[in-house]
Amino acid sequence: MVKDLSILVGGKAGDGINSAGAVIAQLLNQLGYYTYIYFDYPSLIRGGHNFAIIRGSESPVAVHTTTADFVIALSQDTIAQHTMRFTETTLTIVNSDVVKGEGVGISIKEVLKAENAPLIMGNSAMIGAFARAAGIPWDTVKKVFFTHIPKGTEINLRVARRAFDQVTTVHPIEPAGSRRLSLISGNEAIGLGLVAGELSAYVSYPMTPSSSILHFLAENAERFGITVVHPENEIAVILMALGLSYAGKRVAVGTSGGGFCLMTEGVSLAGMAEIPVVLVVSQRTGPSTGLPTYTAQSDLHFILHAGQGEFPRFVVAPGDAGEAYYWSAVAMDVAWRYQIPAFILADKTLSEGTFSLDLAELPELLPGDLVYWDKTPPYLRYADTRSGVSPLAFPGTSGAVVKVNSYAHDESGITTEEAGAVTQMTRKRMRKAGLLAEAMEPYPTVTADGPSSAGTALVCWGSVQGACREVARELGLRVIRPVVLCPFPELQMTRSLQGVRRLIAVEENATGQLAALLRLHGITVDARVLHYDGRPFTPDLLKDRLREVIA
Amino acid sequence: MTGRQLVGDAQNTWCPGCGNFTIQHTLKNVLAEMEQEGTRLEDVVLVSGIGCHAKIADYLNINSFYAIHGRAIPVASGIKLANRDLNVICCVGDGDVYAEGLDHLIFAAKRNIGITVIVHNNRVYGLTTGQYTPTSPHGFKGKSTPMGTVEYPLNPLELMLASGATYIARGYTKKMDLLKTLMRGAIDHRGFAFIDVLQICATFMNLTDYYNARTYELPVYDRSDALLACEKIRTWDYNSDAPIALGLFYQREALTFDEQFQTRALPGTERQLLIRKFLATRQ
Repeated sequence: MVKDLSILVGGKAGDGINSAGAVIAQLLNQLGYYTYIYFDYPSLIRGGHNFAIIRGSESPVAVHTTTADFVIALSQDTIAQHTMRFTETTLTIVNSDVVKGEGVGISIKEVLKAENAPLIMGNSAMIGAFARAAGIPWDTVKKVFFTHIPKGTEINLRVARRAFDQVTTVHPIEPAGSRRLSLISGNEAIGLGLVAGELSAYVSYPMTPSSSILHFLAENAERFGITVVHPENEIAVILMALGLSYAGKRVAVGTSGGGFCLMTEGVSLAGMAEIPVVLVVSQRTGPSTGLPTYTAQSDLHFILHAGQGEFPRFVVAPGDAGEAYYWSAVAMDVAWRYQIPAFILADKTLSEGTFSLDLAELPELLPGDLVYWDKTPPYLRYADTRSGVSPLAFPGTSGAVVKVNSYAHDESGITTEEAGAVTQMTRKRMRKAGLLAEAMEPYPTVTADGPSSAGTALVCWGSVQGACREVARELGLRVIRPVVLCPFPELQMTRSLQGVRRLIAVEENATGQLAALLRLHGITVDARVLHYDGRPFTPDLLKDRLREVIA
Repeated sequence: MTGRQLVGDAQNTWCPGCGNFTIQHTLKNVLAEMEQEGTRLEDVVLVSGIGCHAKIADYLNINSFYAIHGRAIPVASGIKLANRDLNVICCVGDGDVYAEGLDHLIFAAKRNIGITVIVHNNRVYGLTTGQYTPTSPHGFKGKSTPMGTVEYPLNPLELMLASGATYIARGYTKKMDLLKTLMRGAIDHRGFAFIDVLQICATFMNLTDYYNARTYELPVYDRSDALLACEKIRTWDYNSDAPIALGLFYQREALTFDEQFQTRALPGTERQLLIRKFLATRQ
């Protein structure tokens, strides 16, 4: 039996549910588990019902489960709204001041009073009680508090200890090995990947679920030597980024669908003017304001086609933090090598989920060389080379006049409406698309799991891979997933699909956007399993839904 | 590269008599003078929006970013943030910057970012063949308002003062010497510099006689006095037939946005180490 467990912690917004989840995940990490945290919260600041589901497993995880082995309830809602999570063996640990019901009871009020601690430390009491109930050694709790609760460590520990001592061990969690991985959110992984890709400036306007990239990079701007700017709106964001890039700075922007709507004119400008830029777009439930704090995969076609006119672009949809790190660095490299907009398409599940990251497991980053002007005058920003990529020079370079242009232009960057020149420059730009598609061949642009003998395969993209892989493992199916969506990895997809007789698309949208993209490339899916209530697929839910299409 | 031919080979398509010729000629003279004094022309970047004004990006043989309608200012801000040694000059139109991109103008002033904004204000859309702009007078009969506009124009100088601009001036294309002084002053100004240039549109809004009859140069006063500047700015509202003051209305020294954004870049190897160090804190 694979060691695998799930812990739900819930309370009101302001109860510190997010940080309680992070500490519990660290406890599991210290016991050698791969961990994943799903954090669910409504769009408000105080009140409401927040919960985190922490998953621990002996093998890598990227999804939470429906049922829970432990439920830690700081509010009555944590019991009332989660009846489906309880099994016969679920152990409940409750704040007995406010929660009625069976299980281990701790009076947060009494614990805090005894330690003369503020209300905000109630979550530490619950963590202490949980640790004892789960048989986690006190030393482990101490180590996690000292490393991960920098403020008020001592008093938080006293609160936890008092609750720890009031409980007995009921349901011990076995250690799962000696590995200790780094726990980071998908958005942090994106930020670190951009930094690894030599990011020098990040420009963004806050929008859930992309904002934590802005917060993370702003907080660490000094540490990583980057400039972080938050301008007046997303239009300014993308245009400011293009100005930075034109002047030689490696730049990225981040937003969600609504903010990206405002960026599209800038994306088209980047395409025409051939200015490198990386765009992180983290999807949430739409249309319009939709469900700001919930997930979706409904902007794939928007990202593939955004911006007037035709120009090459790169679109990648990572499925977990490791891929988010790796592909964010690759996106930076690709944007600069081909002087195009490169997109990292994430979603709330990836962005705000927390994962165990192991850099050693990732492919090596092999950035390509950039071609710079060889100083032979005159400098032509749009020199029509064989590859279509023109040598770079930045303003300030002696002897160079660097002219970029949103109009159709000639090689020097001067506006032209002449038919021959327009055709020539369009071909030059489109040659880069072909070159990029070829260059992507050695990259892991498609992942394939499961026995090659299996005739049925799930096809998915992005964070849904977490649920798909677990279900496929259980049911003996294959999972095929294009990670790069543009340029479409036709060769790798064809190779992966060999022997597949039945193909089922699994997506978190209402129209089957990947299925439609596959069709465009001659791949027909036999069935679509679509889910669009803002909550990510869990393996249980997916299994149920697959029964509709698998006899 | 010195003694550069500042006007390139691109064919000029402005209408005969267009005020843009004067602005281009004046800017060219300012740049030539700066070059003589030791400025590298490679360190000058011209950013334009879209409209008749913007063709100046094709015509002047200097670094240029021919952007999109209304968006020259955020581009210019990005360039300045990337490289503070660059002299970043925005040539923008009145429809361009007072309508489509007004938010960016206000925020650039608010930030006091060290760029120069020269508004080619002909008070009409030229390239789209004659519609009213935010500075067209009340009742203006354009193609989109055949019965006359029912809106009053805004006073961009007043708006700039309220937004925090640290150099605010108005020029006129028929007063070239003054325009040159204002442009040079704006480029030399440390911080956000703004010049609204009254420019006739030979085809859709020829106000030559009107401006000639009403313009005068501002008298001497303390340019750092915001209240006084506001009073002077309000003497003409872009609508009434009052006398029209030209010159520098307001100037003050303040910390700039770009000088407060100094990040030290790190080599790739050091970054890898820092990433690993950071990840270790999450174990």
